[in-house]
Amino acid sequence: MFWTKKDLLGLEYLTQEEIELILDTADSFKEVSTREIKKVPALRGKTAVNLFYEPSTRTRVSFEVAAKRLSADVINIATETSSVRKGETLIDTGKNIQALKADIIIMRHNCSGAANMLARALDISVVNAGDGWHEHPTQALLDIFTLKEKLGKIKGLNVTIVGDIAHSRVARSNIWGLTKLGANVTVCAPEMLLPVGIEKTGVRASSSIDEALKNADAVNVLRMQFERDEGAAFPEQLDYFKRFGITGERLAKAKKDIVVMHPGPINRGIEMSSEVADGANSVILEQVTNGIAVRMAVLFLVAQAREAKT
Amino acid sequence: MSILVKGGRVIDPAKKIDALLDILIEDKKISKVAKNIKAQADSVIDAAGKIVAPGIIDMHVHLRQPGREDKETVATATAAAAKGGVTTVLAMPNTNPAMDCAESIELLKGIIRKDAKVNVLICGAITKARLGKELCEIPALKKSGVYAISDDGCSVDSDELMLEAFKKASQAGILTICHSEDKKLSGKGVINLGFNSTRLGLRGISNASEYKRIERDIELAEKAGAAVHIAHVSCRESVEIISKAKKKGIKVTCETTPHYFSLTEDALLGYDTNMKMNPPLRSKEDLAAIKQGLKDGTIDAIASDHAPHTENEKDIEFERAEFGVVGLETELAVGVTELVHLKVLDWGKLFEKFSLNPARILGIDKGTLSEGKAADIVVISSEEEWEVRKSELISKSKNCAFLGRILKGVVDYTICNGKIVYKK
Repeated sequence: MFWTKKDLLGLEYLTQEEIELILDTADSFKEVSTREIKKVPALRGKTAVNLFYEPSTRTRVSFEVAAKRLSADVINIATETSSVRKGETLIDTGKNIQALKADIIIMRHNCSGAANMLARALDISVVNAGDGWHEHPTQALLDIFTLKEKLGKIKGLNVTIVGDIAHSRVARSNIWGLTKLGANVTVCAPEMLLPVGIEKTGVRASSSIDEALKNADAVNVLRMQFERDEGAAFPEQLDYFKRFGITGERLAKAKKDIVVMHPGPINRGIEMSSEVADGANSVILEQVTNGIAVRMAVLFLVAQAREAKT
Repeated sequence: MSILVKGGRVIDPAKKIDALLDILIEDKKISKVAKNIKAQADSVIDAAGKIVAPGIIDMHVHLRQPGREDKETVATATAAAAKGGVTTVLAMPNTNPAMDCAESIELLKGIIRKDAKVNVLICGAITKARLGKELCEIPALKKSGVYAISDDGCSVDSDELMLEAFKKASQAGILTICHSEDKKLSGKGVINLGFNSTRLGLRGISNASEYKRIERDIELAEKAGAAVHIAHVSCRESVEIISKAKKKGIKVTCETTPHYFSLTEDALLGYDTNMKMNPPLRSKEDLAAIKQGLKDGTIDAIASDHAPHTENEKDIEFERAEFGVVGLETELAVGVTELVHLKVLDWGKLFEKFSLNPARILGIDKGTLSEGKAADIVVISSEEEWEVRKSELISKSKNCAFLGRILKGVVDYTICNGKIVYKK
């Protein structure tokens, strides 16, 4: 099995084998970050461009660290200060970056499908760092990597994803990844935040958090955003915490060693209590560490695929 | 100038003709339809093995002129029409300025006289600047020669105003065309609401945003005793509602477009903005209902909803791209490929939808190959295949949903008012 795709756009587009290849590659890269000199020459002479149309610190920094540990040169483009503000189209921006002979564009964009569009227009690699409500593949890969590390396998696990499923790219990528690897996935949200036809992905939908946590081996808690324009349809923050918040009391009724994950940044007291966020079941900071290994794997694989082609 | 079209398979749904006949055209009109016409003509078209049918009357075309000549003009759109076998178009009023007063209509008429290669009829607006606030002077629009009124692209939200519009239109003896969409329901949606909108992370547009407004429009038309034509029907509930209204004897007609009987929401899975239109491509069940509606007569007409947009407006992020696709050059071939070859409609029925019914709905003396009528004719190689290529589209805009598709049915000749306006 070797990697053939020049881009990583979403987990919906990958096979089980391809997902496993990324996880295995990440496994071998994880050790690099524990060395005294945290660097390997795998991408020396390659240039990776972080093109972020949405404010993001953790994902951007994680990709930057990952690329640098592979010895790639990294350039960060903040759209507030670039010609993007002057009305340049996404494809023009991408073609300019390609003309600079960059090798990989890592893009975060607020429009669903933006990475798909850019990847189609360019010969260089595009790694989706989150597009609209569509996918955030590296987040799901690091979630799955962490879960596998903790519990030894994915197949047969009961994983609950709780939060704003409708507007979450993290949820979608996790759903595709986990179901392809054989997990039993339950999504849990207020009725209005469960998107149409979500069961067709192979998940179970529930609007009761206690029920959804019952046999769960892991719970992935999504960040709630109350500032969206559909705000009126959203429950109040406190009401949300009461109905769906992950608290010590709720965890006490779940499996004893249930793994608690969160993509960050956490809204303490909204999605989960501080007690849970900092508690023994939480792997939230391990997720951050694993994010580096997973992103190293992704950058390494897409760069290699391109080389194999040319 | 006379033309003799020899030996073709002549399709005339008005007279239920499907036979090998000759057609003689003299002085812009069809002078004779018979076997073996022995007349001397200035030119002879050998139509052996070809379909000869009344030219398409496309009730839903955006010419973009005046105002958006970067997208399309009367000259380029009517050239595209001629290439597609379309001999008459109804020009939608969402131009800049909108077709909401006699002055604007005169302006467009001047351009048409100068540049049009096929017949162009004008559809006036219902409300001033299509804002849904204040009615146009409907009798004045009628006097300037519009064939229908519509706020296409928008629906008049106010029930009172829409009822008033139907009443005034009915008094003036003019057809009202409804773009039936409740924007409170469709909101910022960009594709059909369903599993695909969930998968793609895009806002959905429900069937209800269309059919609930159709229900209302029909109810108001009935109240006013007016005729109503529903534009671009895309979903199963709409077909059902229109079918019931027709059975009740309400004066309702409707059209669908080639993309609604040939494509589904699955075409959106790659975020192709050439598949983005309003109403959106729907589910398989909806497509089946549209085909059934065409078959059983609920759907009267096929129109293109030709909506040209520049690459700058299409080659961008999906949510930000404009709605709409061009269709004048492909509608006939999509109809032939998807309806005739797949045995949904026979040739007579196809041209009932493309030509005869639109003529009847608009109240124009066209859509037939009868003697004495205007010579608007299309000659088609019905088995010949072609690939839809961007470089070969002559419309100014290339936002076509069928790029790369192999279609059956090639237009060999288009004759408009007795003149060959397109020859392959």
